[in-house]
Amino acid sequence: MELFQSVMVALLCCNLAYLAISRLRVLIRLTAVQGALLAAVPLLFSGSAAHGHALALSFAVFAIKGVGFPWLLARTLSRLEVNPVVEPTLGFHLSLVAGVAGLLFSLWLETRLPFPPGLFPPLLFPAALTTIFAGLTLVVARKKALTQVIGYLGAENGIFLLGTPLSGQGSVWLELSVLLDVFVAVFVMGIAIHHINKTFESIDVGRFCSLRD
Amino acid sequence: MQPLLHPLLALLLAPLLLGIINRVKARFAGRQGRPLLQTYFDLAKLLRKGAVISRTASWMFAAGPAVSLAAVCCALLLVPAGGQAATMRFTGDFMLMAYLLGLSRLALVLAALDTGSSFEGMGASREAVFSALAEPVLFLCFLCLASRSEGLSLSAMLVGPGPAFAPEGLFVPAILFVLLLAENSRLPVDDPNTHLELTMIHEVMVLDHSGPDMAAIVYGAALKLWLFCALTVGCLLPLKGMPPLAAWGVWLAAMGATAALVGVVESVMARLRLTRVPRLLGGAGGLAALALVLTLWR
Repeated sequence: MELFQSVMVALLCCNLAYLAISRLRVLIRLTAVQGALLAAVPLLFSGSAAHGHALALSFAVFAIKGVGFPWLLARTLSRLEVNPVVEPTLGFHLSLVAGVAGLLFSLWLETRLPFPPGLFPPLLFPAALTTIFAGLTLVVARKKALTQVIGYLGAENGIFLLGTPLSGQGSVWLELSVLLDVFVAVFVMGIAIHHINKTFESIDVGRFCSLRD
Repeated sequence: MQPLLHPLLALLLAPLLLGIINRVKARFAGRQGRPLLQTYFDLAKLLRKGAVISRTASWMFAAGPAVSLAAVCCALLLVPAGGQAATMRFTGDFMLMAYLLGLSRLALVLAALDTGSSFEGMGASREAVFSALAEPVLFLCFLCLASRSEGLSLSAMLVGPGPAFAPEGLFVPAILFVLLLAENSRLPVDDPNTHLELTMIHEVMVLDHSGPDMAAIVYGAALKLWLFCALTVGCLLPLKGMPPLAAWGVWLAAMGATAALVGVVESVMARLRLTRVPRLLGGAGGLAALALVLTLWR
């Protein structure tokens, strides 16, 4: 359980780093780290009695979130040849404060919600909720479309984390199909970003305001 | 004798830490490097020289280095070492330590401003800004340590409970190490070897000092480095319960290792742009806040 706690703390650190990093390439690497940490969660959660389904889920999460998505994002970034700096609409320091506030809120919320006893291991709920908050903050507080895709992935990672304690043997297939959906979504987003870059000569979503009928 | 051992060791060995850092940096660059005791030779040379003082400078210019050195020496009395309590300890002594360091910095800043040099004013301004950003992070670290210790003194925080091997317990030494780099004007925050006034922080602030005044500044900086190394090592190493001789041996080795680590960091990292230093300190602050929240939550 100590290792599980360490993974949760590492995920929390990842969330804060998401909000403080100013380089797109580092942000993509961090997505890979978060994916790898998430892959460890189903295995650690089931402990020594890890069954085949948990192994399959962990492997699929690692392959898609730890390797696939970062590779797709890095490929998109290198093809677009855009400025590799994250452009914030909300400053890095304020984003970091928002992240810590999100953590405090999730710790408070955990004490207020009537969960069945033993459903969530310690720190899983705050870590999951903070991951969702960090992802959403990245979506609204950064200008580039690529950062918004990474934010969307972060939010999805949080939802996955919330679902882990609930995933019995039957729901593993559901989780795997969601993973496939997310994979397709990121693939489509990569193509969309390419088109945005071609049309606006930038992936700054602020330029959408110049669209006219 | 035992209570005075740490201050005596600090007064004797602090300049050696600078020697270790320089030796590690030299080895990384493939050079033999300066002698380990070079800082002692420099101090002896500076003490023999006379001081050149600008006609526009007032008494503050001469008082700055002396006040700065005295404040750091007083702060050292509050820091525990080698698994033993500090020479002086009382509830809230960490506040006094932080503000003694602040007083030391203020004295140097005022002395720099007193010269009327625009370069020194620029350095003083930068030093004050970065220190102001580092201070809340230091207090967050102290809060973290205080929340898991039995008393509110540095000795209780650093000697009492031993380190928490929960993951967040390891954040505090890491953050203190970042503060060590920032407060002691080491890379990646400031380059102690730079000769370009426009990019200097600490070094540009003391450009006009010479002779014994400069010796006080160099010695004070070595003592401050020793103090931050002692804080970092103190919250990382559980030395309580060890035989005193072994504890002091392990502690001194850890101090040397921390200095070597500073040398490694300086060898493998480039200096940060001035505008990015607040982000580094902000990140350290975020991590400190996370450590505090998790410590309180447990």
